Amino acid sequence: MSAVEFRGVHYRIGSRTILDNLTLSVEPGETLVLLGRSGSGKTTALRLINGMILPTSGEVRIGGKPTLEWDPVRLRRGIGYVIQEGGLFPHFTVARNVGLVPLLEGWQPKRIGERVADLLERVNLPARDFSQRFPRELSGGQRQRVGVARALAADPQILLFDEPFGALDPVTRLDLQREFLRLRAELGKTSVFVTHDVREAMKIATRIALLHEGRLAFLGLPGAFRDSPHPEARAFLDVLTEAGPGE
Amino acid sequence: MLSDVLQDLLEEGVQLLGEHLVLVLSAMLIASAIAIPAGVLLTAHPRGRRWALAIASIGQTIPSLALFGFLIPIPFIGGIGQHTAIVALVIYALLPILRNTVTGILGVDAVVRDSALAMGMTRGQILRMVELPLAAPTIIAGLRIAAVTTVGTATIAAAIGAGGLGVFIFRGIASVDKLQILAGAIPAALLALAADGALGWVERKCAWR
Repeated sequence: MSAVEFRGVHYRIGSRTILDNLTLSVEPGETLVLLGRSGSGKTTALRLINGMILPTSGEVRIGGKPTLEWDPVRLRRGIGYVIQEGGLFPHFTVARNVGLVPLLEGWQPKRIGERVADLLERVNLPARDFSQRFPRELSGGQRQRVGVARALAADPQILLFDEPFGALDPVTRLDLQREFLRLRAELGKTSVFVTHDVREAMKIATRIALLHEGRLAFLGLPGAFRDSPHPEARAFLDVLTEAGPGE
Repeated sequence: MLSDVLQDLLEEGVQLLGEHLVLVLSAMLIASAIAIPAGVLLTAHPRGRRWALAIASIGQTIPSLALFGFLIPIPFIGGIGQHTAIVALVIYALLPILRNTVTGILGVDAVVRDSALAMGMTRGQILRMVELPLAAPTIIAGLRIAAVTTVGTATIAAAIGAGGLGVFIFRGIASVDKLQILAGAIPAALLALAADGALGWVERKCAWR
């Protein structure tokens, strides 16, 4: 069974169509990158997965069950969510931020403490130095690492990333992209990753879904994306060639 | 002779200070119990919010002496004495608490609220663990303003027989006795400063920035 399945999904706000008949599935363990310009509907697609919004028509199935039928709280606790700047709670320490979902799930304090320490090590933020700090005392890259640790805390099967590295400087971004790949190899989670950065997409995707004005313009392996004749795909590929070989 | 006068003033002063504290604390407790939950509810209702804030603002513009007078003939809440004064003080304290509660909660970063929702927090958990703690310094700043004005306004309560430090002040004015006026005014001012300082301390304790 697919981890996530879009079946003929439309999403409209008033008379504006944001997503137009989107059908695609995300297989367990893969990293599907939703690539597109601003306003292409990629973030909307992501928010349909954890039931932050519901389709106008069609359905999104998680573990075979439509999001409409899920209890939104249960659904979201099983799906990690990482956004730009981490979306951390400014009044919580790093440890409380990371341990929040386990706490809501009723874990024992000792188990939460061990889990938090383990996760912080995994994202290269030694718990001894970082667990008692507040988000404002961290750099952008460190906040993003905490955001990733927080999303992983209750061991969700699906992870959603909404342009998580968009606000970072290029060097830190590269660093975090490498760690993303390392964590993926270690944990094998299903991930849906939204970005407008075609280089980032090529680097981390197992498959790319290109959205253009709410429609699916391309769906396939990164290698095949390079050969796609779709004008929007060509436009993104031009960015790659213009920028030269580089990283 | 003079020491007898001071002795009497002191004894009566302690009693009046006690009455004053009862007036202020009751009014603050009731006003908070109304305005904080109301403020929380109003964050979700923009239209109701405008109306409620407008009504609370009007309440504040009524001159305090007139408000005490207006309340006397009203059945149940009116009449002579402490409870009428408390009703009037509550009306004055509502606006700053209500406004700051609304402002504080609406001021919570939308990204933070969104990520709380995406993590699978319930509405109640978001309110308790995210919105109220983040809004706490603003809400307490509202309590501070309300407390300081309530301490001052409560001196007028003596005019309708509610007691408190205003008794000294009104009697002092009537008998042109500066000592009596000061015996009422100085403790009232100190009380206002103390309330301001104490709530300021709480406000700093709640600060997360």
